[in-house]
Amino acid sequence: MSLTVLLLLLMLGAALVGAYPITFGEFFAALGRWFAGETTQDKINTVLFDIRLPRVFAAVVVGAAVAAAGAAYQTLFRNPLVSPDILGVSTGAGLGAVLGIFLSLPVAAIQLSAFVVGLATVGTVYAIAALVHGREPVLVLVLAGVVVGALAGAAISLLKILADPYDQLPAIVFWLLGSLSAIRKGEVWAAIPLVLIGLLPLVVLRWRINVLSLGDEEAKALGVETGRLRLIVIAAATLITASVVAISGVIGWVGLVIPHIARMAVGPSFDRLLPTATLLGASYLLIVDTLARTMARIEVPIGILTAIIGAPFFLWLLARGREGWS
Amino acid sequence: MTGWPDPPTAEERPFISEKYRDLPALGRLTGRGGTANLEVVLKSKPDLILDFGSVRETYVSLAENVQQQTNIPYVLIDGRFEATPAALRLLGDVLGLSERGERLAKYVEDTFVQIDAALAATPIDKRPRVYLARGPDGLETGVQGSINTEIIERAGGRNVAAAAGQKGLVRVSMEQLIVADPEIIITWDRNFFDRVFKDPLWVGIRAVRDGRVFLAPTAPFGWIDRPPSLNRVIGLRWLAGLFYPDTFPEDLRETTRTFYRLFYHVEPTEPQLDTLIAWSKGQAPSRQQPARR
Repeated sequence: MSLTVLLLLLMLGAALVGAYPITFGEFFAALGRWFAGETTQDKINTVLFDIRLPRVFAAVVVGAAVAAAGAAYQTLFRNPLVSPDILGVSTGAGLGAVLGIFLSLPVAAIQLSAFVVGLATVGTVYAIAALVHGREPVLVLVLAGVVVGALAGAAISLLKILADPYDQLPAIVFWLLGSLSAIRKGEVWAAIPLVLIGLLPLVVLRWRINVLSLGDEEAKALGVETGRLRLIVIAAATLITASVVAISGVIGWVGLVIPHIARMAVGPSFDRLLPTATLLGASYLLIVDTLARTMARIEVPIGILTAIIGAPFFLWLLARGREGWS
Repeated sequence: MTGWPDPPTAEERPFISEKYRDLPALGRLTGRGGTANLEVVLKSKPDLILDFGSVRETYVSLAENVQQQTNIPYVLIDGRFEATPAALRLLGDVLGLSERGERLAKYVEDTFVQIDAALAATPIDKRPRVYLARGPDGLETGVQGSINTEIIERAGGRNVAAAAGQKGLVRVSMEQLIVADPEIIITWDRNFFDRVFKDPLWVGIRAVRDGRVFLAPTAPFGWIDRPPSLNRVIGLRWLAGLFYPDTFPEDLRETTRTFYRLFYHVEPTEPQLDTLIAWSKGQAPSRQQPARR
């Protein structure tokens, strides 16, 4: 509850700051006009409703999505070192976007390509793991993820070498660093339903997912069909991550570090971990993105900021020593 | 010349002299993502390796390494726009073509002098505020003083992207751009150019409202960047004409013909000139083949 209030306050604060000066009074006047259904086309309206607020919502959605996916994966794999990219969704999305930039496609097509290739990468990983009948399905899955991720990474490097160094290469580099600077209202509206569709099974199945964290044997003993459940969680988390990474570019660390903080706050039980991580992720990325767009007269790539803030924290966690899962 | 760093595209080929068009692609030796194999370079038996660009320590040491390894003299020339005449003279001397080097250098110097003379009347704060839009979404740019945008100041504009302590390429947000409200936008990205006048957010920006968004031709090389090299000399005349239409009522067609003849050893046909001129007015040739390298 208090996290929800915190998030709402942060959103209000973020909506009030930015390069274009909008005072408190102008802000509420514009908001009032909007509620009254008036459509005036002045600069303040454009900045507020077409640029700043979409971006605030985008930061919230992306942060929430990546943290939720991270929490789901960490529970599924019973490993706190797992990030949403463990099965290659971000690397795959990166490959899709880089391919789009390489082929000089328009922005919408680049995003679609990122989304599709991100999903396809995890699909490939899952298919490979399904073909390999081993005693350790989770281990096989992770290994397949590492291998396919490495392949996708190599393909990205290859495209970087082949790309026009003056034209496409900078665009590729900026995409891989992640940024919300070009976000559009339409893109946020497209991503929100996809993220909600992905979140739904996680919420509905939260108790069963909790059982998964006991390990396969115990979960099976408790009557949970682990294989099917695992597939659902992977599909849901992949959909969530792919739909936001397609509009934001690769954003690291949030999906790894935020579930950690959430677990320290409320414990490893997934039914409490999921909402906490989601709200914390939204707040964290909102703060970072607001810094990214107000710190300097140009944009600071968000991937750099999340890592600069996230990496020391992660080291600190490591230094504290890895405690048991529960 | 023994080879290209990257092979010319179908769109660029007609503007490159037949002698050089079909030379093999040998790869990039240094700089962003070197791809050249030294043995392949050696096989093409060059007498000289020429590098035009940054002369920072890193590149000096890279040049020294290659020279030691291959025993081929390696000339590293300062690629800043302002240093272009000096670079041409130096190159003329190195190649034993001092006369040609001198002629080209003179052409560039004359261009610089003409523009400076015409600009002298316009104080800095009266010069148009310009934004260079890069990347498919147009939100990538070079900050003031970067090699990618020095042509803006050279042609008498003011780059709106300025950031203390930053060099090179950066990203900006739409909101920052609305605050900067540039009077002129230049780009060579056709996707961006096709979209910008229809985009409700960009339409709020003065340059778009006034119809002053300009597309730079990129054949055989970019007119304003891509790469930031000699090719900017023609772009400079084009830009100055866009910034100050009354001061530089130039015949772009003749200027283009002269420049391509003088610098690229090609005699552009009338339809080719039509293509270039239309391109510089925003009508880029359609891409039958993807303009990939």
